[in-house]
Amino acid sequence: MSIEVRHICKRFGAFTALDDVSLAFPDGELVALLGPSGCGKTTLLRVIAGLEQSDSGQVLFDGEDASDTHVRERRVGFVFQHYALFRHMSVFDNVAFGLRMKPRRERPSEAEIRRRVMALLELVQLDWLADRFPSQLSGGQRQRIALARALAVEPKVLLLDEPFGALDAKVRKELRRWLRRLHDELHVTSIFVTHDQEEALEVADRVVLMHRGRVEQVGSPEEVYHHPATPFVYDFLGSVNRFEGRVEESGVRVGEALLLHEAPLPAGEAVIAFARPFELDIVPAESDRGVPARVARILAFGASARVELDGEGEPARRFEVELPRERCTALGLTPGQPVRLVPARLRVFAVE
Amino acid sequence: MDAVAALPALELPARRAAVRPVTTEPAWVRRTLIALALAFFGLFLLLPLLAVFVEALRKGWAVYLAALVEPDALAALKLTLLAAAIAVPLNLVFGVAAAWAIAKFSFRGKALLLTLIDLPFSVSPVVAGLGLVLLFGGSGWFGAWLAAHEVKILFAVPGIVLATVFVTFPFVARELVPLMQAQGREEEEAAVVLGASGWRTFWHVTLPNVKWGLLYGVILTNARAMGEFGAVSVVSGHIRGQTTTLPLHVEILYNEYQFSAAFAVASLLALLALVTLVVKHAIERRGDFAALRRGSRT
Repeated sequence: MSIEVRHICKRFGAFTALDDVSLAFPDGELVALLGPSGCGKTTLLRVIAGLEQSDSGQVLFDGEDASDTHVRERRVGFVFQHYALFRHMSVFDNVAFGLRMKPRRERPSEAEIRRRVMALLELVQLDWLADRFPSQLSGGQRQRIALARALAVEPKVLLLDEPFGALDAKVRKELRRWLRRLHDELHVTSIFVTHDQEEALEVADRVVLMHRGRVEQVGSPEEVYHHPATPFVYDFLGSVNRFEGRVEESGVRVGEALLLHEAPLPAGEAVIAFARPFELDIVPAESDRGVPARVARILAFGASARVELDGEGEPARRFEVELPRERCTALGLTPGQPVRLVPARLRVFAVE
Repeated sequence: MDAVAALPALELPARRAAVRPVTTEPAWVRRTLIALALAFFGLFLLLPLLAVFVEALRKGWAVYLAALVEPDALAALKLTLLAAAIAVPLNLVFGVAAAWAIAKFSFRGKALLLTLIDLPFSVSPVVAGLGLVLLFGGSGWFGAWLAAHEVKILFAVPGIVLATVFVTFPFVARELVPLMQAQGREEEEAAVVLGASGWRTFWHVTLPNVKWGLLYGVILTNARAMGEFGAVSVVSGHIRGQTTTLPLHVEILYNEYQFSAAFAVASLLALLALVTLVVKHAIERRGDFAALRRGSRT
């Protein structure tokens, strides 16, 4: 089922959680709502589910206005951040709950319920835990049971609120691959909320970046990562190096240095330029190109080395460069050494 | 033989650790505290209770039993049980409704409602009784109307029930509010998303989560309903065999110097309280046990 939200606004007292948000979620896609905490992503998810009433705007399911449909009738599956499993019920009863709550004429027989619950528990690979209680499960197991419970009522959309937020790093990684595979199997339209850009980029078909109640950018993971539409998106999707300067004919003037770049902006305009750590190169201080900086720390493990540098001026700007280990060795860097930074690629935004 | 000889040597450090673990206070501190608590308990709780039973049985079992089966005493027992039987369900329903509203919703006047629930705790029961007199007494606000329609509230059973309901008002709500607040709304939201109606959500999700707290609140309500003296005394009118509850009956007997009978009835009241406490203890153990069973079966 496709979902569309139109001009959604939601305030909590003086705080604006959602400010005129319009989005379309195509049928069968797995979409991530990504943003820092307080950006309105969870509120939007709850508005779509019907757990929160928006102040204005519409929610459309398959093109039909569902704004006034009660959460009970929306047929959404919702996975809560802290799972919200019924603590006094066994795993089996938790998963069976949605089926047992159906009106009498739609309710399957107890044997049919048993069959479907066990099938779901097999799907999440936890059928051996059917008789346990939630308090006896690990975080990752609880998460999967919560998912099975949400899927039991055959929802037309699946909404997940920070599904991996409360898990440790290793389980998190496993579970998000597992969620991706599960989605490829079921193809139910899914939206999940996260503040972890790696998670969003790795799992989702499409990423919606939100900031202060507004949508900053929508696109595939590659699009948003390689073509960020705003400084916020660029900054949020990974480590960045930031330069402030002014556009000139052949590049961007940062202090004394001229960084070569085909700027699409008129000369004289004040700009912020960004480069990812792997887009910067380190050259000796005697070179006539690049922004001066001083090596602070060298972290050389793995295939690439990470160099942290302090820029000039007060307060000193921090830079981070990632380069192949051989290149790092060839340069013979030592902490305290003055060098220059040359970006291979720059992303330039006009100062707002 | 070597192995056996080595055993005590191995055990020694363990035993020493048990005698003086680093985290406990010295023995004399512990003993003093325990002795103090026990002495206090014995002097102020156990001894008076014991005295009641000793005094009650001073003139033998025959006198004791006679005091209990005397018609006025039986009437008082009946009235006490009646008042409790009405007050407990009423306050059960009210307490659950209030706790639900306070814990799960935000609305204007929530803080005020929370304060009002505590009112019967903070106001002296005598004041509560007087309040009822001012409302329903002969010269009270509704007095004339009640007299015209021949409804008797004061100095009759309805007044006693009202007073009992008032003083036992907070117990269930007080027990449930913190519990429900701590549990949050997520489980209820999950139930509603899964298609459960409000009533079924309450019955299948909310209630099972608070059942032990609820039972505990009911037991406290019941204990107080049976033992209440002040508020009931003001509205009762002390008509023997008609409007005296057990506590009032005890007072009447005592004032008439029928000490053995007074203590006999008092011991009955104490026994009711003890039964309540035993039930409470059993429930607490079952609650703990259920939680333990759920928590440890990994």
